[in-house]
Amino acid sequence: MKLNQFKLINFANRDNNLFRLIIMLIAVFALMSTLRPSIFPKLDNFTSMAYQFPEYGVLAIAMMLSLLIGGVDLSIVGIANLSAILAAKLLIKFVPYDADPGYTLLMIGVAIIVALAIGALCGAFNGFIISKFGIPDILATLGSMQLFTGIAIVITKGRIVVGIPYMYSELGNAAIGGIIPVPLIIYTICAVLIGLLLNKTSFGIKLYMMGTNPTASRFSGINNAIMTIRSYMYGGILSAVAGLIMLARTNSAKADFGSSYILQTVLIGVLGGVNPSGGFGTVGGVTVAILILQFLSSGFNMFPSISNLIKDLIWGSALILVMVFNYYSNKRSEKAQISKRIAETTNS
Amino acid sequence: MKKLTRSTEFYIFLVFIALTIFIEIQSGQFFTSNNIVDMLRAMIVPGIFSIGVLMVLVSGGIDISFTAIALLSMYSATKILMIWNYEGNVIMAFIISGAIGLLLGLINASLIAFYNLPTIIVTLGTSSMFIGFMQGILHSRVISDIPKPMLEFSRAELFRVYNKELGVSSGLPVVFLILVALIIIAWFILRYTMLGRGIYALGGDRTAAERAGFNIIAIQFFIYSFVGLISGIAGMTRAIMMANVHPTNLMGMELTVIAAVVLGGTSITGGRGTITGTLLGVALITVLSNSLILMGIPTTWQKVFTGALIIIGTGLSAYQTMKEKNKVHGGMKLGKKGSKETQKNTTGSSAI
Repeated sequence: MKLNQFKLINFANRDNNLFRLIIMLIAVFALMSTLRPSIFPKLDNFTSMAYQFPEYGVLAIAMMLSLLIGGVDLSIVGIANLSAILAAKLLIKFVPYDADPGYTLLMIGVAIIVALAIGALCGAFNGFIISKFGIPDILATLGSMQLFTGIAIVITKGRIVVGIPYMYSELGNAAIGGIIPVPLIIYTICAVLIGLLLNKTSFGIKLYMMGTNPTASRFSGINNAIMTIRSYMYGGILSAVAGLIMLARTNSAKADFGSSYILQTVLIGVLGGVNPSGGFGTVGGVTVAILILQFLSSGFNMFPSISNLIKDLIWGSALILVMVFNYYSNKRSEKAQISKRIAETTNS
Repeated sequence: MKKLTRSTEFYIFLVFIALTIFIEIQSGQFFTSNNIVDMLRAMIVPGIFSIGVLMVLVSGGIDISFTAIALLSMYSATKILMIWNYEGNVIMAFIISGAIGLLLGLINASLIAFYNLPTIIVTLGTSSMFIGFMQGILHSRVISDIPKPMLEFSRAELFRVYNKELGVSSGLPVVFLILVALIIIAWFILRYTMLGRGIYALGGDRTAAERAGFNIIAIQFFIYSFVGLISGIAGMTRAIMMANVHPTNLMGMELTVIAAVVLGGTSITGGRGTITGTLLGVALITVLSNSLILMGIPTTWQKVFTGALIIIGTGLSAYQTMKEKNKVHGGMKLGKKGSKETQKNTTGSSAI
């Protein structure tokens, strides 16, 4: 009985978080729509937003996986760039300018598989050095970020990689039925897959357990090392997906693309209710947080007086504000729970 | 002697010696007077930063906003001096820059001490705020005509050495003394004061430190504002050494400095770390990254080398710690399972 009650409270809390986020999303939407009624609530704007957010959205899910186990993965952008560069190099090498479409399509498929494999390998490497050598996650991913970026620089000699087959970016930027962009579909697939993985498989349950208390999970027979490696490996695969989306959008690859995404993905995680010390967080919360951020950022773009450089200031302040807000709301709900329990015990 | 050979500093020292000998064999130019002075010169700014990073890491936290603090305080201090048309002693430049740094450090300190938020995420947020403020609100750009007192001080040298073979000379700037002074201050605080004991205690076990009567909030306030202060000073030092103010040129250094400090045997989970080790770590990274050309390695490989060095260096010391812990836990009937257990402990607790 007591266990059930505990679960219910937990569930209500978690739902509460999502509820709060959706209210926030609606508020941001309403604000931007009233400020810029002629541009913001238009289909065009939504389509362009649907092209923009998937690349850092997928990265945010990757970051979430590492935050869930109480770590932080600073190498996601490095993995994304490295796998995009390798895919691009492979396409340039094996697809001549006048190759026939069937062959090009086949090679694109091969390049995608290679990129995903590289991502998985890089992620597994992170997980391996964290769990088998005991290097703290921040340092391990810091080092591997340098390493992956460094390898990318060596491969490209620091230059931008261009000249991938036209078909690739055409495919990546297509819109199904003229409305639903391919990146959005990719994001949805990733989100649904990770959501299923976290909620419907034993891996997901174990991951949350390990994030909440690694010692307890160890003693309940979970192999923490394998769990860590797998979680970072999935993060690596997702990073490679993000890299492939970036490759299609910019039609090029470079070793230092998207370096600002690291902060942004942590911000999304924290805003979306992921606990940075591990154990809590849902794909749903992260998705709503991504949308809030995208609405804000697209909205800001509609004000010419707000320069791009101020955005750093805004994101940083937003991150701090959300954390302070979470601190107070956690304190309040703790108090409420305690007083509720006191009331229950006095009643019985 | 046994104690000496078991310390991390000793191993770092051996690696350092091996590296210098290797570079000397490769190039024949490492142990020349001007190269050594160049290395000391290159160590000044990372060295100053590393002292603050050491304190933060020993206390169990992590601060990645110090380069942002340094940039913002160096830029605004220079701007203030320019508007003021200041012509007096250069000390004023350091005081203003340090004060601004202190103020920014206090922002970190209050967020971390009062709200008990994860330090890495707070400083990630504030560093983005500081950079955004500098670029977006102050519209920062390169200042090449720095105020006269700063320019004059940038030419001040302790001594100058000449290399007759190559016909080049290198001077050691006076700002080197700032590094020396800060090392002595930090060494004194960490070693001989109750505050220093408190920093180690906080990093070792927060709850235990609290029960032992240490004022955690006060200690954290000291640490993060001290880091702010010395970052401000480091920023001004950098500006004076370069004889210009470049608003982006310290970015990315935070990661190298943290890596250097950890390489020097400081535990990222807190409670352990020495000044000697830290300085050796800084020396190792500085020598490595400044000697790639001497070693005949193309500069495109630099990141690969720093990344590999961070992973191998920290991996060795982390592995060592893990093995030691296993020895201690070995008697606790955990057997082989115990080894994996402690392993997770080291990674799990590092999240904060």
